[in-house]
Amino acid sequence: MADTTETGVTGKAARRVEAAPAARTAQARAPRGSRLRRGLTPWLFLAAPLVLLITFTYAPVANMVAYSFTDWDGVSPELSYTGGENYVELFTRPELFEVFFVSGYYLAASVVQIVVALYFATVLSFNVRFRNFFKGVLFFPYLINGVAIGFVFLYFFQDGGTLDSILGLLGVHSDRAWLGTPVSANVSLAGVSVWRYLGLNFVLFLGAIQSIPGELYEAAELDGANRWHQFRYIIAPGIRPVLSLTVILSVSGSLSAFEVPFIMTGGATGTETFVIQTVKLAFQFNKTGLASAAAVVLLLIILAVTWVQRRLVPDDKVDLV
Amino acid sequence: MTRLSRHRAARTLTYLSLVVASVVVLLPLLVVLLTSLKSEQEMANDSGALQLPDDPLNFDNYVTAFQDGRMLSAFGNTAIILLFSVTGTVIIGSMAAYAIDRYTFRARKLVVALFLVATLVPGVTTQVATFQIVDSFGMFDTRWAPIVLYMGTDIVSIYIFLQFVRSIPISLDESARLDGANAFTIYRKIILPLLKPAIATVVIVKGITVYNDFYIPFLYMPSEDLGVISTSLFRFKGPFGAHWENISAGAVLVILPTLLVFLFLQRYIYNGFTRGATK
Repeated sequence: MADTTETGVTGKAARRVEAAPAARTAQARAPRGSRLRRGLTPWLFLAAPLVLLITFTYAPVANMVAYSFTDWDGVSPELSYTGGENYVELFTRPELFEVFFVSGYYLAASVVQIVVALYFATVLSFNVRFRNFFKGVLFFPYLINGVAIGFVFLYFFQDGGTLDSILGLLGVHSDRAWLGTPVSANVSLAGVSVWRYLGLNFVLFLGAIQSIPGELYEAAELDGANRWHQFRYIIAPGIRPVLSLTVILSVSGSLSAFEVPFIMTGGATGTETFVIQTVKLAFQFNKTGLASAAAVVLLLIILAVTWVQRRLVPDDKVDLV
Repeated sequence: MTRLSRHRAARTLTYLSLVVASVVVLLPLLVVLLTSLKSEQEMANDSGALQLPDDPLNFDNYVTAFQDGRMLSAFGNTAIILLFSVTGTVIIGSMAAYAIDRYTFRARKLVVALFLVATLVPGVTTQVATFQIVDSFGMFDTRWAPIVLYMGTDIVSIYIFLQFVRSIPISLDESARLDGANAFTIYRKIILPLLKPAIATVVIVKGITVYNDFYIPFLYMPSEDLGVISTSLFRFKGPFGAHWENISAGAVLVILPTLLVFLFLQRYIYNGFTRGATK
């Protein structure tokens, strides 16, 4: 994957150098009218994408920032400017702030997820029987509908459901309500999210590992390197860009965890996440102003995390264009 | 321990870990499949989740899911939304990619930056304000809300198209231009047909994403008639309360098409999702 991108980029650069002077001379020769038309053409193609992009991405961001300084309820025509009050409320009312601790569970889970995904990607990059089967099984959960996953695992954690039955087979009889206490519920939900998202991490790692040329391993083997050495000195450096991307996806994913907890518990028993809280504030309690402030905070955190990652791991793939 | 036996032990452990992982993935799904084939009575007897159903061909729960759970209209709504939003994404994405790659114009850098920065804005956070905009267009509680949102916020597919457009030689455009083709003809007759592999990737990735999305239809289409598969399945929670056999049938119905698509289009899917994630 990595090597094809690189040749793509250099190939393109070379071609652009060739193409640019040609285009310029063509433009210089062309009469005025057609030059104008040619200048207009890209905008005709870009009109629809840009209008959609601005209407549904940039306008909402701008509005959201504006709402966050008001006490608007989302319906009434009147709203008044309240300054930074929403932000103060967000960081001083403990029950609003608590949701960040829930993200901690998902963050911890994504560490587990990355380690496990890395393990299986390494294992399956070597010659293993039924490799495609295992690869498919590990990846498939990522494709499943979130609501279906929610129900599958509600039944899994149900009293007398899948988990209790399995434990029963192993001779462990527990009548623990898995989703009954905050800690147990959050751990269970974070586990479900590992089950769901592991596949993507795994396939990304596997792709990165497989794009490492095979001769490297052979050469290392000749030098007497064992599997661990191969991992440490060949695989690990080879997947660094993908690993850093995964870390970002995990951090922003943990902060914006929504589907699994919303579908399974609706945010009950201390499993409310930041996004669930924001959705409730906005659409149940009509506190558009406060909800906007919350969303702005989340957006800023995610932008900050991405920025830190870009600084730590300068990734030339970013300026693809 | 000798080298050979150590090697063998390591191999066994590797396979063991793979088998355990497969069981962890598959067992919860298999149990739901089993449950969906059980009768109400079997469930009431509480014979345990791992018990096999008495009649493995008992499809009553599926009938219930279709009739009372309105899964048929849900699949219909999902199909309509899929058709429009995926077609729209392909047209919009390929046009944007064509313009960005083939033309040098003054604000080109700015346009590219606009698309780039937008990938950083997570959709879930902005819905508070997006909702007001969608509502002001009168699209709330219509199928247009998800269609337009799926089309308008998909930057990843623009990137996929961009990579492919770049690989199409410019000489093709130029010879067509010499033959008198205008920009739109070039896009329509040369670029678009050569983008087929990219279109396949975008259709699959976008299709699965739209099929699975819950948040947008949940937020924008509250009426029951407009239920898509995610929201209709979500509504099973109420009326079917503790009827796990019905809920399971609904879940299996939703998962089955995904499984079939995955089995037939594996290669595209792996490529598409890795390309989509790494942008």
